[in-house]
Amino acid sequence: MKKQLVPESSSSRFDLLSEEIVFIILDFLNENPLDKKSFSRVSRSFYAIESRHRKFLKPLRSEHLTKILNRYRFVSTLDLSMCPRITDASLGVISGRCKEMLRSINLSRSKFFSHVGLTNLVMNCGNLVEIDLSNATELKDSAAAAIAGAKNLERLCLARCKSITDIGIGCIAVGCRKLRLLSLKWCLGVADLGVGLIAVKCKEIRSLDLSYLPITSKSLSQILQLQQLEDLVLEGCFGIDDDSLAALKLGCKSLQTLDMSSCQNVSHVGLSSLNSLAECLQQLNLSYGSRVDRALADSLQNLSMLHSVKLDGCQVTCSGLKAIGNWCVSLKELSLSKCMGVTDEGLSSVVTKHKDMKQLDITCCRKITHLSLANITNSCTSLVSLKMESCTSVSAEAFVLIGQRCQFLEELDVTDNEIDDDAGITDSSILAIACGCPGLEMINIAYCEFISDRSLKSLSKCSKLNTLESRGCPLITSSGLAAIAVGCKQLFKLDIKKCRNVDDAGMIPLAHFSQNLKQINLSYSSVTDVGLLSLASISCLQSITILHLEGLTPSGLVAALLACGGLIKVKLHASFKSLLPPLLFEHLDARGCTFQWRAKTFQAELDPKCWKLQLADAE
Amino acid sequence: MSDPQESNNTQDWDPRAMLNNLSFLEKKIHQLQDLVHVIVRRRAQSTGQADEILVQQQQLMTADLTSIIVQLISTAGSLLPSVKQTLCPESSISQQFGVTNQTAGVSDNVVFQHNNSVNKLEDPSDMTGFFGAEQNCPIEDHEMKSDDDADEGENLPPGFKRDANLRMHMRGHGDEYKTPAALAKPHKESSSEPILIKRYSCPYIGCKRNKDHKKFQPLKTILCVKNHYKRTHCDKTYTCSRCNTKKFSVIADLKTHEKHCGRDKWLCSCGTTFSRKDKLFGHIALFQGHTPAIPVEESKGSAGPSNKVEQLEFKYKSDAPSGSSCRNVMDLERSGEDPISYFSPLNFETSGIDGFQEFPRPPFEDSESSFSFLLSGSCDYPPKNGRYTGSNDME
Repeated sequence: MKKQLVPESSSSRFDLLSEEIVFIILDFLNENPLDKKSFSRVSRSFYAIESRHRKFLKPLRSEHLTKILNRYRFVSTLDLSMCPRITDASLGVISGRCKEMLRSINLSRSKFFSHVGLTNLVMNCGNLVEIDLSNATELKDSAAAAIAGAKNLERLCLARCKSITDIGIGCIAVGCRKLRLLSLKWCLGVADLGVGLIAVKCKEIRSLDLSYLPITSKSLSQILQLQQLEDLVLEGCFGIDDDSLAALKLGCKSLQTLDMSSCQNVSHVGLSSLNSLAECLQQLNLSYGSRVDRALADSLQNLSMLHSVKLDGCQVTCSGLKAIGNWCVSLKELSLSKCMGVTDEGLSSVVTKHKDMKQLDITCCRKITHLSLANITNSCTSLVSLKMESCTSVSAEAFVLIGQRCQFLEELDVTDNEIDDDAGITDSSILAIACGCPGLEMINIAYCEFISDRSLKSLSKCSKLNTLESRGCPLITSSGLAAIAVGCKQLFKLDIKKCRNVDDAGMIPLAHFSQNLKQINLSYSSVTDVGLLSLASISCLQSITILHLEGLTPSGLVAALLACGGLIKVKLHASFKSLLPPLLFEHLDARGCTFQWRAKTFQAELDPKCWKLQLADAE
Repeated sequence: MSDPQESNNTQDWDPRAMLNNLSFLEKKIHQLQDLVHVIVRRRAQSTGQADEILVQQQQLMTADLTSIIVQLISTAGSLLPSVKQTLCPESSISQQFGVTNQTAGVSDNVVFQHNNSVNKLEDPSDMTGFFGAEQNCPIEDHEMKSDDDADEGENLPPGFKRDANLRMHMRGHGDEYKTPAALAKPHKESSSEPILIKRYSCPYIGCKRNKDHKKFQPLKTILCVKNHYKRTHCDKTYTCSRCNTKKFSVIADLKTHEKHCGRDKWLCSCGTTFSRKDKLFGHIALFQGHTPAIPVEESKGSAGPSNKVEQLEFKYKSDAPSGSSCRNVMDLERSGEDPISYFSPLNFETSGIDGFQEFPRPPFEDSESSFSFLLSGSCDYPPKNGRYTGSNDME
């Protein structure tokens, strides 16, 4: 509430506060980005203070960059991941304005710059400590050589920069001596030589992501000699085998996180070398790897610091799970997502022993019944995240237990949790959960046929809710959606595909209240042009999926697409390609918006291919 | 080995070879007869000629005679069934002349040839001493050559098209195969004749290849002499158009160099080039401040001769790091020829190459227009960002 200020000539009482104090006040306004906006609208002095205070910028449009950077002179972190079009000229503007203040820049979704702009950036911004260049598939070694000029660089992400080779990485290794975090995931042009040079030159490395690189034991042995290495990701490194892991015995005593998922050539024999990390290893990811049986579990039992284990997609045996249960450590995170062979017996033996469990993922563990859930909720009362998509054998009452006992729950995924009419999740289950877990941030109730507006109204009490996925819930209507919009201001992802009863009336409250909405899926719903156009007032809306909307006309679509200025991704039915003017595509492309065309025909049923029945047969 | 030989083993000699030898003997006897007739005739007509010429002619005749008689003797000796290998008292003379005893086929052009421009042998009296130098080889030569000749081109496990390659291969088998005689080019005929190995001397006084030198190392053929003389004693007039550094006096050397020039594509910031990527990385890992250098055509999007100019600068200049690169461009000769053509390896066969003819080759230059492009665009070129200098990166 604005106080009635005395006339302009006398100073405001707020001027008595020093700037530092106001800065501290402003620090508390980080939760909702709109709060700071309203702060700066109060008065000129507040506007000026806010301009000096802001250190983190995440612009939505690159056209406004100059203006924004003129206002905010002390920006140290620039997140440009929402601006798909950053050119060399934009980088020039940034480097000219931010200069030595800039410490971190995120260019992960932008594609239109080259090594020229990077050189400019690196030359002018000498204090750059972090650069994120993920997805820059066109950047070549010349760009890497430009980055090598950033002498103070500590964190660099080059994920998916497929055109960069050992030579470019070599330049970076020599130039950026202070590098602490490096991600080379999917940099397929980099192999042993480049990685080996990093290991030799960048002694400060703490975190290294070498996923999918064709490296072998040659560079692995060099990496494991890094004295400060804490976090190593070797996902999909098919060149690593059991013998390569023997290098672990060389004495790497600092490794805390190791990800060896999808390493097909590693078995429990190689994993026994992990014993050398007994004093330090905390997180281990062995997803999509070898069988989890007694032998494997025993080979890991000496890891006394272990608190997080991921075994997604592995074949699991009951004795293996029991052996895990017998570990002396108490796990905080366990993922058995898509594991075959998880039974009530095995799972219960694990959860009853590991009482400190905070994150449990039992997605697609179809054999699990309410018995396991009872044990989970009994034992793991500090559970924060529970993912049980497609746990089709769990009955409705079990969900009530979640609401009753897991009050710290923030994330719940109960997608597709029914197979016949009697069992499954109902409104009362959701009610219980919503009441019991006020901190809930994410919930997935897709294909839960019996969920109605009542659930949504109860979920609207969870003010932190930012992700709601309620695909294929035919009983949901616009009023339920309106309740969510009003109550959950943080909402940024909404999926109401195949919710036939949601129409334009649901869009208007969304447009008004959900100013943080970034991603929405309206396919098969009853929204028309009007509803779509009203969403244009959500300035940060980036991704819309609008397949098979009956009320959608070409002209309405054009209007909506033009009005939603922040769009970067649109999923549309291929039939619209010929109906829309080509000039529109050019314009949208220039704005940085991409189209994804789908040609699937209209499918009336919720589960047209009877996936659920098929999967049930397969079990 | 000598015992079975002396026990008159009838299977130790080859009847066919003996027939060969006999026909050879017959031929030689006829030659001898003709020669003696000539001598007789000459002596009858010798009045009008100068003394020196007479003396020379007489020497010639005597030499011819001697050689034929020697051959007769050695061939006759080989008729003895007990003679098979070299260790035989009668064959001492044949050893001295590097003659193989087993198959004594002969070619007529063996002995002396005085028609070479380069000095070879000045008088026959030197012959013995000269050939004495070859004395130590014939034994091995004999053994190895027989093996060679027996298997030549057919049974050798690796078959070589060029005998130079065969010799290179033989070196790998061990020291015994490294003697000059063993590695000498085998004769084309199936039988090996009692050859006299001819050696040549370089005319340049003081050269180690000159016969007067204390540690005389002779040259094998006239072509060797020619190449040696050009390489060592003449100016190197032909320059490689790619790297602009290496000069040659023999065109063949230049061509060989150009096959390999620029093959080192891995370049360090210090200017050193490497033929393999792992060698480059080993070098960088070892030293502070060296970084890999990136080929320039990547950074310059446009194609064209100017691109190639840069490529040459930074790829092939092994001595000059950045700062001088622009200077190198300025130093180019401009003879206004077609810029595209200077990259073609076939560019060098323009004129007939014989001797030391001067040969107009565009080393590496540009037409006027692209050169001016270079000049105007020079400020955009990489040297400024220090990618190629060691100075920015060296601590």
